Amino acid sequence: MEKRVVFDNRWLPYLLVAPQLLVTFVFFFWPAGQAIYQSAFIPDPFGLKTQFVGLGNFEYLFGNRYYRESFLTTAVFSVLVTVSAMSFALWLAVLADRVIKGSSAYRTLLIWPYAVAPAIAGVLWLFMFNPFTGIIAWMLAQLGYTWNHTLDGGQAMALVVAASAWKQISYNFLFFLAGLQAIPKSVIEAAAIDGASFWRRFWTIVFPLLSPTTFFLLVVNIIYAFFDTFGVIHTITKGGPEQSTTILVYKVFSDGFVGQDLGSSAAQSVILLGLVGVLTVVQFRFIERRVHY
Amino acid sequence: MSGMVEKRGLGTWLTHGGLIFGIAVICFPIWIAFVASTVTQDDLVRPPMPLLPGPHLLDNYLEALLTGGAAPVWQMLFNSLVMALGITIGKIIISLLSAYAIVYFKFRFRMLFFWLIFMTLMLPVEVRIVPTYEVVANLGLLNSYTGLILPLIASATATFLFRQLFMTIPDELTEAARVDGAGPIRFFIDILLPMSRTNIAALFVILFIYGWNQYLWPLLITTDPSMNTVVMGIKQMLPTGDQTVEWPVIMATAMLAMLPPVLVVLGMQKLFVKGLVESEK
Repeated sequence: MEKRVVFDNRWLPYLLVAPQLLVTFVFFFWPAGQAIYQSAFIPDPFGLKTQFVGLGNFEYLFGNRYYRESFLTTAVFSVLVTVSAMSFALWLAVLADRVIKGSSAYRTLLIWPYAVAPAIAGVLWLFMFNPFTGIIAWMLAQLGYTWNHTLDGGQAMALVVAASAWKQISYNFLFFLAGLQAIPKSVIEAAAIDGASFWRRFWTIVFPLLSPTTFFLLVVNIIYAFFDTFGVIHTITKGGPEQSTTILVYKVFSDGFVGQDLGSSAAQSVILLGLVGVLTVVQFRFIERRVHY
Repeated sequence: MSGMVEKRGLGTWLTHGGLIFGIAVICFPIWIAFVASTVTQDDLVRPPMPLLPGPHLLDNYLEALLTGGAAPVWQMLFNSLVMALGITIGKIIISLLSAYAIVYFKFRFRMLFFWLIFMTLMLPVEVRIVPTYEVVANLGLLNSYTGLILPLIASATATFLFRQLFMTIPDELTEAARVDGAGPIRFFIDILLPMSRTNIAALFVILFIYGWNQYLWPLLITTDPSMNTVVMGIKQMLPTGDQTVEWPVIMATAMLAMLPPVLVVLGMQKLFVKGLVESEK
């Protein structure tokens, strides 16, 4: 991966990388270092000085019921978002792949929610499910079901999952459709001549051949649910009721800015840094395989 | 596409029916928001709300644009535009430059720099939010466009993308340019930039959406309403106890906040898909 022909210049390359490195240092490494440093201290109640506690903040966090519950909440939330966004998208992509005429029109109508901000998606879903005036809350009431996600933790979770998954369907749809269209039609036709039904062809040929795309989307969707859904949670539930939708990224924010518990928030940042690191490594190992595939 | 496999008739109808159902499900929230932005508050507070647009479209949008919430929405839209363009252009420029240095020069610490840039992939702003806020506050950048833009312009993804692209450009081209007496800056401007045009455009579409849709960062660092962006400003308009802004105006604001990125995706669909696929490699 080296160029044979390179330019000779003593200072120009440094000048060229300088802006990127400067921004990276000031806004990435310095804050990350600060997080690691602060995670070892607790400020005294008056905020005048701090006390070194070593790994005390981490010990406290893992002994804290709410933090452990936040892990579980994040896991439940991510699995629900990933599974619902991917399965709905795969179903639509399989249908769109069968269409001969007008498939580009369908694609156009399906991809644009990608451009909607998570916070705006939150506002739209909040409006439909407003317990007193929302259209869907009203429909549910007609069916005899009381909707109030400000009181019911399960309903709150369902609502943030729906809003987050809704936004991610377009992305998954695009990648699934591209994956489906890359499968050679001759393979499928051969199976059809052998008399395999559509669903049999799908599960025995198409789905296995699609697995690189599926794995890739799995990782991307989990990362999305972990880190990019802050806007959805903040607009719809603010982590409530009773922390039932407080995912880890939301907790870092609410402990740091609302609760002003900087030591704990810093320790949570460090834990999240570790988590992102693991996810990134998984993504890269996988993508390497995808390239060789 | 699979002409000889699929049977005609019922199957085709089921396929189209399924797709139309899917599109209806996906478009429903937007339709509801659009309808709500064309009626009055009275139509909305007594459920069920109407399902067809009313006659108050112009009133609601004008009220949103000119009065809005804490700040008029035209101002929020302007702030969003400045932030989105600043992030997009900033990311593209510094990534082009650093990728050029890493591919076309041999210098001390080259690989170290490369890995330092690469590591930022693992540090989304949501994760290091409190200390990053402190850094920006210490630099006196709260409530400024610089504070909105600068912390978000480092980009490992874009640097990678351009590095990948430059690696595919044949060495003969560089050789020929050097024989013709072109220096590194001439080569960059006259040859490399024109050859990267479509990739830059594709990246532009993706990054513009990324920049426009930022939420947490502007929420923290713009305490002055005149610096609010529209995506976070709408949160401030939501009713909390003593309600001031009416739902039709909020929904009109939501429509206005979605419009620019949605238009970019629909208008530049080919570039958008290209950018999406490439930025994930």
